[in-house]
Amino acid sequence: MLTLTAILVDGVVYASWLFVVAIGLTLIYGVMNILNIAHGSLYALGAYAAAWAVGEYFAAGYPPFGSFAVLLLAAIAVGLLFGLVIERGVLKWMYGRDEIVIVLVTYAVFLILEDVMKLVWGVESYMPYQPRYLLGNVDIGGLPFVVYDLALVGLAVVVGGAVWFGINRTRPGKLLHAVIFDREIARAMGINVTRVFTVTFVIGAVLGALGGAFTAPLISVVPGIGVEVIVLAFAVVVTGGLGSIEGAAVGALIVGLGRATAVHLLPQVELFVVFGVMTLVLALRPQGLFGRTVVRKI
Amino acid sequence: MHDLGNLTRRRVGAVAVAALMAGAVTMSAFGAQAQEERTIRMGLVTFLSGPAAGHFGIPARNGAELTIDAINNGTLPAPYGDAKGIAGARVEAVVVDEAGGATKQVAELRNLVQRQNVDLVVGYISSGDCLAVPKVADELKILTILADCGTPRVFEEASYEYVFRTGPHAVMDNVSAVRYLLDIKPDAKTIAGINQNYAWGQDSWQDFSASMKVLQPGTEVVTEQFPKIFAGQYGAEISALLVGKPDVVHSSFWGADLEAFILQGVGRGLFSQSQIILSAGEQILSRIGKRLPDGVIIGARGPHGPFAPPSELRDWFEAAYMDRYNSIPNYAAYKFSQALLGVKTAYEKAAAAAGGFPTQEQVIKAFEYHEWVGPSGPVMMTLGNGHQAVQQNAIGLSKWDDAKGRMSVTDVKYYPSDCVNPPADMKGLDWINAGFPGAKCP
Repeated sequence: MLTLTAILVDGVVYASWLFVVAIGLTLIYGVMNILNIAHGSLYALGAYAAAWAVGEYFAAGYPPFGSFAVLLLAAIAVGLLFGLVIERGVLKWMYGRDEIVIVLVTYAVFLILEDVMKLVWGVESYMPYQPRYLLGNVDIGGLPFVVYDLALVGLAVVVGGAVWFGINRTRPGKLLHAVIFDREIARAMGINVTRVFTVTFVIGAVLGALGGAFTAPLISVVPGIGVEVIVLAFAVVVTGGLGSIEGAAVGALIVGLGRATAVHLLPQVELFVVFGVMTLVLALRPQGLFGRTVVRKI
Repeated sequence: MHDLGNLTRRRVGAVAVAALMAGAVTMSAFGAQAQEERTIRMGLVTFLSGPAAGHFGIPARNGAELTIDAINNGTLPAPYGDAKGIAGARVEAVVVDEAGGATKQVAELRNLVQRQNVDLVVGYISSGDCLAVPKVADELKILTILADCGTPRVFEEASYEYVFRTGPHAVMDNVSAVRYLLDIKPDAKTIAGINQNYAWGQDSWQDFSASMKVLQPGTEVVTEQFPKIFAGQYGAEISALLVGKPDVVHSSFWGADLEAFILQGVGRGLFSQSQIILSAGEQILSRIGKRLPDGVIIGARGPHGPFAPPSELRDWFEAAYMDRYNSIPNYAAYKFSQALLGVKTAYEKAAAAAGGFPTQEQVIKAFEYHEWVGPSGPVMMTLGNGHQAVQQNAIGLSKWDDAKGRMSVTDVKYYPSDCVNPPADMKGLDWINAGFPGAKCP
C-alpha cells in the first residue's frame, strides 16, 4: 500500500513538473509549427535568473514568502526578454523556410544561449533552496513529502487551465485557432499573424522559464540543465501529440506514472520506460495520442 | 588523527630523497640555457563547460595551472627542489574541454597529437572518457595520464603501454567506506544504493554491495537505484529509499546531482532515517554549507582536501590555491596537481637514468612502478603492471566547523593502500568476492 501511494504521488508530482516544462514547447509548435530546441535554454535561463534573484532577495533580508513572487517575476522577465529577442531577432527572418531549417536555427540559438549563461553566471552551481523549505512537510500514507513539491501539481493545473481557457474561451484564442488552421486565410481575414506569432512565442518562452524558475529550488542549477529537460519535454509532447495541450497533460501523466512505477518496482528499466512509452505510442499512433493527422502538402 | 603508519612514513622519506636527488641531477645535467629553450607541450583535458565544470573541471584546471606555474617558476616546496621546469623544460599547457562525450574526446585526442603536436596528455575526469581514450592513446603512441576518473575497468580489462592513471580507482573508495561503516555501525545489515547509470555509478555500487556481503554476512539489498546522470530530480528514488527503510544508503553521486540529492533527501528525512554514505562527497563540502547534516560518511577518492595529512606541500597547495582562486581546493584539484607532480618526477627520474632529456619511451619506463609525493601524500604505481596508482585512503563523518564557517570532516580513519586495494594480480571485484586475500589492515 505504501509503495502504491508513493508511486501515485511521485508519478503525479513528476508529471506536473513535466507538463509545466513541456506546455510552452507544444504551444509554440501547435501555433507556429516550430520545434523550438531553444526551449531548453529558456528553462535554464528561468532557473538561473530565479536562483540568482532568490539569492539576492534573501541576502537583502526581505520577508521569506515574498520569494515565491520573485520566482514568478524572474520567469516573466526572462520569458519576455528572451522570447522577444529570439522571435523578433531571429525567427521572424526564418518564417516560410523549411521546418528542418528552423529546427536547426533554434538549435543554434540553444548553443549560443548556453554560452551566454556561462558568461553571465559562470559554471558554479546555484542552490536557491529557501522557497522549498518554507512550506514544510506533509505526511501522506506514512511517507513524508515536501509541500513545495506537491504544490507543483497546483502550478501545473493553474498553468494548464489558464492556457486552455485562453485558447478555447477567449477572443484572442479564437484568432489563434484561425491562425492554426490556415495562416494565409487568417491573414486575408485581417488577423495580424505576425503579432499572433510574437505573442505566442513570448507566452511559450515565459512558460519555459516558469518551469525552470519553479524547479530551481528543487535542484542544483548548473550549466547543461536545459539539455536534459529538452529531451524529456520532447518525449512528453511527442507522446501526447505535438501541438496538443491535452496531449501534453496526458503524455506527462503517462511518462510520470510509468517512471515512478519503474523506480519503485523495477528500477533497472527506469531509463527505458520514458522512451519505451513514446516508442509504443508512436508505433500505434504516429501522430501521438492527441495529434491531428495532417495532409501533407507537396 | 593523521596516522600514516610506519610503512607509509618510510615511503614518504624515500620518495622525498628520490625527488631531491632527481632535482639535483636535473640541475647538474642541464645548464641554464637548456632550461630556457626546451618546452614540453602538454594537452590538459578537463571539463570547462557542462554540468561537471563547476565541481570538477574548473577546480582540476586550477590545480593543474597552479602546479604548472610552480613547476615552471621553481617555487614548489619540499620535497621538491627549486629547479625550474621538468628536467629543465618549461611546461606549456594546451587546455581542451572534456565536455561532449567519449566520441568527441577521442577526436580531441587525435587533434592534440596530430595538430597541436603535444608531447603528452594529462586529464580526464569522466570514467566513460577514460574507457574510450586509452586504446587510441596507444594507437597514437602518446603518453597519456588519466588524472581523476574512477572506474577500475581501465587496467583490469586491458593493458596499455602509453597510458597511466595517477589516482586510485573506485574499489578503494568503496572497500574503505564499508570498513568504516562497520567500524561505526557494526549492526548495519540492510543496504540500498542510488548511483548514476554509467560506468562510475555501476562500478561503485557493485564494489560497495559486494564488500558489504563479504564483510557483513547476511547483508540484504533493499533497492538499487540507477537514475540517469544529470537527472537532477530524485523524488521517486527517495520515496523508494524511504519505503525500503535500509540501514545504509550508498551513493557515489557527484557534482550537481549530489547537491540535488542532498537538498531533496534531507528535506524528506532520508538523511535522518538511514546512515548515508557519499563515497565522493568531499568535492561539495565547501559549497553545501549546513544543508548537509552532520554524521554522513564522506569519502574523497583518496586522502585529499580535509583528509590530507599535514605536509609542507599540502600547506603550500591549500594556501596558494586559496590565494589565487579565493576558494578551497577539492579533490579534483588535488588529483590534477598529483598527476602533474607524477609527470615531473617521472621525467626527472628518466632524465637522471638517461643522463639527458629523456625520450618518451624512457619516461614510460620511469613511470612504471614509480613513486612520488603529491599534496595528499605518497602515490605508488603498483597496479596494472605499474600503470595504475594506489594511495592510502581516508573516510570520515561530515561535521559543521563553526570556527571555519564551513562543512568539514571528523572521526577520520586512514586505511593503508594494501588494506583497501587489490593485489597486482587480481581484479578488484574478484579480490572482494574472494574475501580480500592479502589485505593488510591495522
